[in-house]
Amino acid sequence: MGRLRGQHAGWRLRRHRHGEHGRHVGLQLRGHGRDAPAHEEEEEEEEAEGEAGAGEEEDGEFLGMKGLRGQLGRQVADQMWQVGKRQASRAFSLYANIDILRPYFDVEPVQVRARLLESMIPVKMINFPQKIAGELYGPLMLVFTLVAILLHGMKTSDTIIREGTLMGTAIGTCFGYWLGVSSFMYFLAYLCNAQITMVQMLSLLGYGLFGHCITLFVTYNIHFHSLFYIFWLVVGGLSTLRMVAVLVSRTVGHTQRLILCGTLAALHMLFLLYLHFAYHKVVEGILDTWEAANMPPFQRVARDIPVVSNAVLNTTAKAIALTL
Amino acid sequence: MRDLKAVGKKFVHVMYPRKSSALLRDWDLWGPLVLCVSLALMLQGGSADSKDDGGPQFAEVFVLIWFGAVVITLNSKLLGGTISFFQSLCVLGYCVMPLTVAMLVCRLVLLASTGTVSFIIRLIVVGAMFGWSTLASTAFLADSQPPNRKALVVYPIFLFYFVISWMILTFTPQ
Repeated sequence: MGRLRGQHAGWRLRRHRHGEHGRHVGLQLRGHGRDAPAHEEEEEEEEAEGEAGAGEEEDGEFLGMKGLRGQLGRQVADQMWQVGKRQASRAFSLYANIDILRPYFDVEPVQVRARLLESMIPVKMINFPQKIAGELYGPLMLVFTLVAILLHGMKTSDTIIREGTLMGTAIGTCFGYWLGVSSFMYFLAYLCNAQITMVQMLSLLGYGLFGHCITLFVTYNIHFHSLFYIFWLVVGGLSTLRMVAVLVSRTVGHTQRLILCGTLAALHMLFLLYLHFAYHKVVEGILDTWEAANMPPFQRVARDIPVVSNAVLNTTAKAIALTL
Repeated sequence: MRDLKAVGKKFVHVMYPRKSSALLRDWDLWGPLVLCVSLALMLQGGSADSKDDGGPQFAEVFVLIWFGAVVITLNSKLLGGTISFFQSLCVLGYCVMPLTVAMLVCRLVLLASTGTVSFIIRLIVVGAMFGWSTLASTAFLADSQPPNRKALVVYPIFLFYFVISWMILTFTPQ
């Protein structure tokens, strides 16, 4: 079979020899094979030629072997170029992304210090929109600090550490809160027609976490419930007030202000409570369920939080109703 | 063999942090890999045979070190540092070495006794090595930053080594 196909191809190629593409390598090989006395060699060569010929039967007729080579070469080069271009554009886009983010990290240490201090000082100025720095270095570092503090708190608390879960949970909680609440508040601010951008929201909420960091760092080391409540009200309250004041100054209309600020204040203060009381208990509860199927800590947490949040929601609703 | 020598030379550089660019000029990730694996193995060792894994996991230490190093590097890039990605990873990885030594000492001390005295010894050792790590990496990395922003770059480094040293300090084999 192969022999026949080879002969056919050989004949076809021999016919080509009289054409323009006579100097092709394959044809020279064929000529050599015919001169050689050994039949096996000839057969192999003819088979190779046959396969090559069968592959490009139509192209060979029109373009000839050289044309095929050129086309192949062009195709390979084209492919190489495409791959190279894709890689280059990927690398470029990575650097471009870094460049896009760079303005948000353009700060001085003094500025960061000043902003950290400012985040604890509520400014009572609601007639004129207050300035918010669109900057992400401080918030990002505060979130990482909060992660470290949470890990530290879990170590000092009674929880025996299985960090495999704890570290992931800590990172997830902090980033989830920061990004999730920021985007939620941004959505709400969009609905309430507040003048704030996403980056400003991220920055505002991120610097608001400074109060959380201080409170948690102190109260994880000194275990007094009364001390925590004082800190919760004073430090957490101050940073919340600051955010509320900024949001109030940037919103028009009483109802909108109440909705926006009530939600933000409730979420922010409750998150601190949650981190202090429930967080490691929740993790402990999860870990307990791994070993034995007793759920009490889990249920307790699930029951407590909605009560508080319901209370806050109720008061918010009442306040809104009063203003209306 | 020559590569081994280069890695050894870099270890010496970390132990005597001078203003030298040898660690920056030809970076490699072999040293960091060895350090990271040995630290993770030592942290893992205590809990391998106990029924509930009390200590940090191997994978967790590994991920923490590399993820933290990547975050610090990206941060320094974003702040406008003139250092390549892998150079920074190399420096941060090599500067884990004092902490690995501290871990070794801690395990030796824990072999002897597990009381208040041993805790104080461990606290001092880990504290000293933590300071060393931070100083060494700062000495290498601070030059590549704009002078007015050094504090912003140093802070995440400080946090990174603090978490690692905290992990080492609270490690107790069961």
